[in-house]
Amino acid sequence: MTREDLYGESDNPAESTLKLDRREFLKLTGGGILILFSLGEFSTLEAQRREYPTDFNAYLLIGEDGRISCFTGKIEMGQGVITSLAQMAAEELCVPLDSVKMVMGDTELCPWDGGTHGSLTTRFFGPPLRAASAKAREVLLELASAQMKVPPEQLVTENGKIFERGKPGKALTYAQLAKGQKITRELEREAVQKVAAEFKVIGVPTIRTDAREKVTGQARFAGDIRYPGLLYAKILRPPAHRAQLKSADTSAAEKMAGVTVVRQDDLIACLHLDPEMAEKALQTVRADFEIPQETVDDKNIFDHLLKVAQEGNPADEKGSLETGEKQASRLFEAKYLNSYVAHSPIEPHTATAEFKDGKVEVWASTQSPFGIKESIANALNLPSEKVHVRTPFVGGGFGGKSRNTQAEEAARLSMITGKPVQVAWTRAEEFFYDTFRPAAVVLIKSGIDDQGRIVLWDYKVYFAGSRGASHTYDIPNNRITVFGSGWGGAAGTHPFATGAWRAPGANTNVFSRESQIDMMAAKAGIDPLEFRLKNMKDDRMLGVLRAAADKFGWKPAVSPSGRGFGISCGVDSGTYVASIAEVAVDKNSGHVQVKRVVCAQDMGLVINPEGAKIQMEGCITMGLGYALTEEIHFKGGKIFDANYDSYAIPRFSWLPEIETVLIEAKNSPAQGGGEPAIINMGAVVANAIFDASGARLYQLPMTPDRIKAALKA
Amino acid sequence: MEKTIKFKLNGKTVSPTVDGARTLLWVLRTELGLTGTKYGCGEGYCGACTVLVDNEASRSCQLAIQDVEGREVLTIEGLSANGKLHPLQQAFIDHDALQCGYCTPGMLLAAHSLLLRIPQPSRQEIIAGLEDNFCRCGAHTRIIQAVQGVAAKREAK
Repeated sequence: MTREDLYGESDNPAESTLKLDRREFLKLTGGGILILFSLGEFSTLEAQRREYPTDFNAYLLIGEDGRISCFTGKIEMGQGVITSLAQMAAEELCVPLDSVKMVMGDTELCPWDGGTHGSLTTRFFGPPLRAASAKAREVLLELASAQMKVPPEQLVTENGKIFERGKPGKALTYAQLAKGQKITRELEREAVQKVAAEFKVIGVPTIRTDAREKVTGQARFAGDIRYPGLLYAKILRPPAHRAQLKSADTSAAEKMAGVTVVRQDDLIACLHLDPEMAEKALQTVRADFEIPQETVDDKNIFDHLLKVAQEGNPADEKGSLETGEKQASRLFEAKYLNSYVAHSPIEPHTATAEFKDGKVEVWASTQSPFGIKESIANALNLPSEKVHVRTPFVGGGFGGKSRNTQAEEAARLSMITGKPVQVAWTRAEEFFYDTFRPAAVVLIKSGIDDQGRIVLWDYKVYFAGSRGASHTYDIPNNRITVFGSGWGGAAGTHPFATGAWRAPGANTNVFSRESQIDMMAAKAGIDPLEFRLKNMKDDRMLGVLRAAADKFGWKPAVSPSGRGFGISCGVDSGTYVASIAEVAVDKNSGHVQVKRVVCAQDMGLVINPEGAKIQMEGCITMGLGYALTEEIHFKGGKIFDANYDSYAIPRFSWLPEIETVLIEAKNSPAQGGGEPAIINMGAVVANAIFDASGARLYQLPMTPDRIKAALKA
Repeated sequence: MEKTIKFKLNGKTVSPTVDGARTLLWVLRTELGLTGTKYGCGEGYCGACTVLVDNEASRSCQLAIQDVEGREVLTIEGLSANGKLHPLQQAFIDHDALQCGYCTPGMLLAAHSLLLRIPQPSRQEIIAGLEDNFCRCGAHTRIIQAVQGVAAKREAK
């Protein structure tokens, strides 16, 4: 069952103005067996308990046709949970994968959810989904037992059927069992789930279930939703953040045929059946803005950040820094810088909205359908049950589609005009309104004794936050202090919006730490792999380091060896990850070609090994961007990057040879997969550049100019 | 100025009456109901809007509709024939050569035009042929493998 099956033709929104309770839900879905479960009941959700509601409101349905529908507030943006969640349900229910349909990110059909971010889906939604699926199987066994007059323990579930052990010929299908039923069950305890040895679907490399739709152009994104009479809106934008609109003359646009002009408070928009006409109309609007004078820019931002930072919070503390300094035979002090970076999904923020009969339906490219439901309700001054957010496929998110002003804009404009409206940001708007990864500074003072043991670690991070700041090194005198948030910052911190960017903060923290480690290894005259192994006791980290080194064929040497090999390791989203890279540095041009990246990951139980590897490859490829080229150029609230001419993202010619290794850990809980492998990319490339050339880079991205400057230093 | 522009779209003749200066991208998406061709950057950098015009990869966001008059346009919706996937589409599925899928239609058409031009491309030729099509999710490695897979199968025949 797809949304279309539930709604009829999904472009016919008249049928979808539903307010569902559980009975209606069953009525709508045509009966069957509905499992409700409370995410709050699960110990694995401890960390999330604050966010999740405790009432029973998550759904798994076995329809009268025997097909399984799983309803989740999570969304699919390329990370592949449409496949891996279905695998979990299929496993526990003993059905083929294609019997499971995922219904995602629909605020009227799906349980409330805090948003798709933080590599949390598999870790936190997965366990209760498996338990609900196991519960559904128990219900089916009860029904079969009553019908067949055989005790449930003598029954076998296989391939969507139940039969008495040894008598597969006399089976009842799930469809036969669910037929005519209107059962709802609440899951109050964890049903008995399968153990790793029983797995038939979990752990099997599986191709994406949405691939066919996506290769045929049938997959729909928010901009592909059509309503009859849909108007495309182009909105007047300020030339800089915090600019104040003084006056606007829209008279020329108002005279243009077919153009609707909306003026309401700060919202000025031109709408037309053709988006290009709407854009032409907007170009005729004369507007005056007052732009605040600001001096902060992409060069002096780091001094600014250090100046505005408030008192720090200790994250880790052990031993005494004074003792550490006394024990150290060599001290190292360094400052690391990282720039603002854009998310830049290829699909810009888009929303299509229809306000009708006091209710608004919004299709949005969002990572946070329930979050925008509330923000739209606020913006339109509507009760939240009058807002229905639907999430089609999302064309990339990376943390950037968590705040969704485009959805509010579309909803407002539809309410004002009484027509369905689409707001699709241009690339320039996408760059302007992005919630950039914050620029950040890290100051490290560290020391080693004459045995090459790290005895001092004094780490201060400004505006990258705590994620990735802690480490697995065994350092007796260790202090980590976090100044400011890694997401936003108090007013006056950042000149524009900032937010989560794939593995928020960890990219900055791991770059800084692993560069510093590398520097100490070189000065100690110890091979960088050996130096890490020697200073660590954590078995899982040692495991991934050794696995990466084996795959790479690491031969010990002291850096800079001229070979261009670099190492980095870290933990993110519960996953341990080690990377080794080989680079070539052109000393004349400062150009770097990353030739090879080996990445080993211990992520506990792997639901879809193929999906996990793709995420690792994606992280490695995307990570080349923030390592080598990506940074926002700005002065005050003016953003100078408006398109890909000045902002370069990774392309085919950048590609290294990528090899990925997954550590077998079937009996450990599943951990995150969408982000971990990206955290090493800054350091692994920086360390490889040092090994190739002797140039140490302290600032990301490592542009040719910075590399040439470092070579001269 | 509005005029009727006749061209072949996915093998069938169409003749929308539109302002001839409008771009092919938006005429496809708004007038002809084909939303598989995507807007990515609007300035011809990213390749999400790639279609084939007379078998050559073209940026539909940079092409006026009047310039395709009398020509043959192929979009993602026309790549499979009679419900049978094009070998490249099948290869993208088999190699898991996509994630979010937003760049995929443009990527497939760029790859298709590459194979029309060079039936047995080297890895370097594939990279050069797809260089101006962007993928933010990082599916590049598998996209190359998928294209290589199709070329290899052809050679085997």
